[in-house]
Amino acid sequence: MSIGHTLLGLLESGPRHGYDLKRAFDEHFGHDRPLHYGQVYSTMSRLLKNGLVEVDAVEAGAGPERKRYAITDAGVTDVAQWLARAEKPEPYLQSTLYTKVVLALMTRRDAAELLDTQRTEHLRLMRGLTERKRTGDLADQLICDHALFHLEADLRWLELTAARLDKLAEAVRA
Amino acid sequence: MTPEGSLLVAEGLHKAYGPTPALDGADFSIHPGEVVAVMGPSGSGKSTLLHCLAGIIAPDSGTVRYGPHTLTGLSDARRSALRRTDFGFVFQFGQLVPELTALENVALPLRLNGTKRKEAERQAREWLERLEVDTVAQQRPGELSGGQGQRIAVARALATRPRVVFADEPTGALDSLNGERVLTLLTDAARDTHAAVVLVTHEARVAAYSDREIVVRDGKVKDMMAGLI
Amino acid sequence: MSPLPSRAGDGGGRGGGRDRDAAARRDPLAAPRTGPAVWGRDLAMGIRFAAGGGREGWIRTALTAAGVALGVAVLLLGASVPSLMDAWHGREKARENLGQVHQPRAADTTLRYASVDTTFRGTPIRGRLVRPDGAHPPVPPGVRHLPGAGRMLVSPALKELLDSPEGALLRDRLPYRIAGTIGDAGLLGPRELTYVAQSATLAAPDGYRIDHFGKNWDPTPMQTPAVLLVIMTCVALLTPVMVFIGTSVRFGYERRERRLAALRLVGADVGTTRRVASGEALFGSLLGLLGGAALFVGGRLSAPLITLWGINVFPSDVTPGPLAATLVGLLVPTAAVLVTLFAQRGITVEPLGVVRNRPPVRRRLWWRVALPALGALLLVPLTWGEKWTDTPLNTARFAAGSLLLLIGVTALLPWLVDAVVSRLHGGPVPWQLAVRRLQLNSGSATRAVSGITVAVAGAIAIHMLMTGMQAGYAAAYAESGKIPRIGLWGNARSWSGTEQALGALHATPGVTAARGTVDALIGPLPAAGRPQDDLRPWTLAVGSCAELRTLARLPSCRDGDVFRTTNAPGTDVPVAPGRTVDLNTAIGPDDQVTPQPWTVPGTTRPVQLRDPGREPGRFSYDLLATPSSLDLGRLNSPTAELQVDFDRATPDAVEHIRNTAARIDPMMNEYSAVDNPHDGPYTSVRNGLFIGAVITLLLIGAGLIISTVEQLHERRRLLSTLDAYGTRRATLGWSVLWQTALPVVLGLALALACGLSLGSLLLAMIDSAVTVDWPVVTAMTGIGGAVILFVTALSLPPLWRMMRPEGLRTE
Repeated sequence: MSIGHTLLGLLESGPRHGYDLKRAFDEHFGHDRPLHYGQVYSTMSRLLKNGLVEVDAVEAGAGPERKRYAITDAGVTDVAQWLARAEKPEPYLQSTLYTKVVLALMTRRDAAELLDTQRTEHLRLMRGLTERKRTGDLADQLICDHALFHLEADLRWLELTAARLDKLAEAVRA
Repeated sequence: MTPEGSLLVAEGLHKAYGPTPALDGADFSIHPGEVVAVMGPSGSGKSTLLHCLAGIIAPDSGTVRYGPHTLTGLSDARRSALRRTDFGFVFQFGQLVPELTALENVALPLRLNGTKRKEAERQAREWLERLEVDTVAQQRPGELSGGQGQRIAVARALATRPRVVFADEPTGALDSLNGERVLTLLTDAARDTHAAVVLVTHEARVAAYSDREIVVRDGKVKDMMAGLI
Repeated sequence: MSPLPSRAGDGGGRGGGRDRDAAARRDPLAAPRTGPAVWGRDLAMGIRFAAGGGREGWIRTALTAAGVALGVAVLLLGASVPSLMDAWHGREKARENLGQVHQPRAADTTLRYASVDTTFRGTPIRGRLVRPDGAHPPVPPGVRHLPGAGRMLVSPALKELLDSPEGALLRDRLPYRIAGTIGDAGLLGPRELTYVAQSATLAAPDGYRIDHFGKNWDPTPMQTPAVLLVIMTCVALLTPVMVFIGTSVRFGYERRERRLAALRLVGADVGTTRRVASGEALFGSLLGLLGGAALFVGGRLSAPLITLWGINVFPSDVTPGPLAATLVGLLVPTAAVLVTLFAQRGITVEPLGVVRNRPPVRRRLWWRVALPALGALLLVPLTWGEKWTDTPLNTARFAAGSLLLLIGVTALLPWLVDAVVSRLHGGPVPWQLAVRRLQLNSGSATRAVSGITVAVAGAIAIHMLMTGMQAGYAAAYAESGKIPRIGLWGNARSWSGTEQALGALHATPGVTAARGTVDALIGPLPAAGRPQDDLRPWTLAVGSCAELRTLARLPSCRDGDVFRTTNAPGTDVPVAPGRTVDLNTAIGPDDQVTPQPWTVPGTTRPVQLRDPGREPGRFSYDLLATPSSLDLGRLNSPTAELQVDFDRATPDAVEHIRNTAARIDPMMNEYSAVDNPHDGPYTSVRNGLFIGAVITLLLIGAGLIISTVEQLHERRRLLSTLDAYGTRRATLGWSVLWQTALPVVLGLALALACGLSLGSLLLAMIDSAVTVDWPVVTAMTGIGGAVILFVTALSLPPLWRMMRPEGLRTE
């Protein structure tokens, strides 16, 4: 999961302070692992360096926590590219995929598109595994099947999520 | 989008049942020997697309071209004739004639095409062997297991050496092992005979047997390869 | 929660809700409750399913009801026949006195009575002359007072005829004034033509004296062919109706079984499902019972319009016996329920569907052949030797035999269809589909078709019997009526009277010739110690030389001559000249007569009869005498035998002759072959039979359509698949046609074989030549073919509807 892209995505809906970003992140994606402030600031400084965000305003009084960040055009493009890019299918992708879906909804992008892209990527891998299965021995087949079933589970979850996108959108944008 | 060398091409298909559109400007194309998975959530219009492509139903608008023919312009009788000679079908269940033996079921489309009974049954027997169900040739569908029945159905779909096989959830009623075997046999046989396969499924593992997949959503088709090639 | 007292097993039907509560709460392992309350509840549930089954359910119920209604109506009609015949014969006996062994002496309470029946344009008219001896004569039923002299009482139908222009000729024949009408009690039926007239001149030897009415011989048994016909008709009508009831209660069994399975899923036991199914059948048959009763009452009202074998009855005569009616009312619904249970014997309804316990059993041949064979065994001996007579044993044997033969056909058909179909293979695709379908399950189609088989076989047998009879009568009448001739005979009083009669007949329009003699029997003088009937009496003809010349070749003839014939058949002792004979010979065993000896003159010459023979209309004479050779008054009952030839071209020549004859002597009898009384009834029976056959076949066709459409419905998915494969509609249409045609054609073939054999047996029984009524065979075959087309045509729209791709959608 890319924290950078996630924070960038959160900024798309409007400029935020560092601690706002942390709160938003924890609320939507943090679940069992809240973000440390340090992670936020170090990520922000890296994004600043790459020109993906800029400091929108600094509150009176010194200290890093006073900066308000805004996303730059380059940042928006970067988020779009990230969302449109299929994740490399691997076990336990859910959190990344989930983050992507929620961010797509928050940024009013087409989440279905994202799912289709991911499915294609999954299927590409699955085709390979299927092909190996066709030509391989029993051990190959069993190993491939294991992977195939996990990948299929991902996709099923994706399908289910896609089917519930409307409800999710309501919850996310509320 | 009419890629060069396409066997079956559909453009701008619209089909509505009552006020609800099932297809809303769908495009599709398939090459000879290609296996295309048609995916999408239930109710998205997958089956309707398959029915339109196969000429079973006529779309409200849009065209389906198969080789030199424009399917959508043909009479019902001509489309039926084309389905008899050039297309094969596998459905999820309930497609075998319960009174006929497995062998006769496979020979049926050949006989509908006018092949003599003896010859039709000889060819049917070859297909049964190929699909590893020649031992049940003389049994009736009621006496067969689901997997055997589906293999008979695949044999029947391939018996006329069709140029396009339409398979609508062909493994939907089978367990994984049987389903995989049926798919392997189906796609292998189709590739050998250079037949195109339109494979409607909602299962990724089934779709993994295809060369590429398209997604039908809200009556529109998204060709996933288009953006990637 | 407090423990509830168990009410299991109390069986008492309380309010439905409470009862269910108790049932739900009782120990689930307690013995299942039985009893009338449970039965009632389950049957009621079945009835509710049958009544609330939507459109299809109603069609099914209606068909069951129609079949049952037909059966009930026919059964009620059959049950009315005995009481109908009783009423009919009772009225006939009450108004008749055919003669008393010891004639009463003339008294205040006696009358002289004579039959003066006649025929008018082919319709028989019953006429009676009365002449009271005193002031208090007996009066027949339906008559308050006997008419005065020269007056008559007529039946309403006769009054109508006499008042109409068509009756003008008849009016001339009955020279009496109409004094009133005869009430229903004195009529056999509303259309009967009859009258009672008082004659002022009626005297001996015409008529006889009676002192009461209500005396008749035993009712004349119906003619053998007619009885056979009635029995055959009942059997042929009832058997298909029974078959149809059997078929109709099985309509829609697929859907019913699914419903019963759903009941099992919620906890109903096997017995309950059986009772619920019975309740469904019961509903249809109860409706049918009502319909049948209505049909019967309606049919009864039309009874006055129908005349069969001279029988025409009042609606009130068509009343089934109370016992028979009760039996019909109880047995038909019971039979429907039993058939349902029988149909379910091979299946068990399980919660998840229906389990067919028995694999399709090989149909055994022996008992199927045994039934018709037994029937034939009962029938064939009836054709040997003597002509069939109407004894109770024969009737029972015949009815049982033909019933077994016809039912045997229905039993043989499933085996035949199986046997034939299992040998069929190959052929084009539609044929293969149909054959395979029948190989796998021919039951429902065959069941429906067996109704056709019985109907057609019965109809053909009846038609053959009828045509055979009719052909026999027609041939006989054509033969006898070849020469346009009417014979008349009456009591002769003198030769001059006979000559006058001949003159009057000759003067009648249309008459080309009239001749006649006075005939009498003469015998040997009774001698002591010798039985009277030792010798056959001789036949004597008295007439002018001219009349005698028409009978024999006379060398010469003068009044006073006597001739004896040498070529009369059957004369063992010739009347030798010089022998003394008795002119007043006793004719009956009880004749108390005084001998009138007469010596055959020595001048009697031998002559040859022109036309010796015994056939009707020909007479053989032993002795021919001219009028002055003996005194007619000494003869015992001399009879004037007249023969009148007429010209067919003259309209109503026969009626004019009859009028003349009636004027000469109302007691004059007629014999002729001009009216074939067997034409009318058979035509109406034939029409009725055809209509019946068509209705039966239509009903069966409806049954076939239902089972076909049901079967199509079951396999809509398959049909859609076949459509996807590009199967032509025609291919499947043809397969439906073959699937219907195969059993129907086999059924028809079997029906033809059975009908023709049964018909031949029947004809052999009445000693008639066996002729095949090809037009009827063709017509029946045609109707069968029409049923095939009808069923196929009506199955096609649903077939095509099921072929639509909608069937491919997964539910």
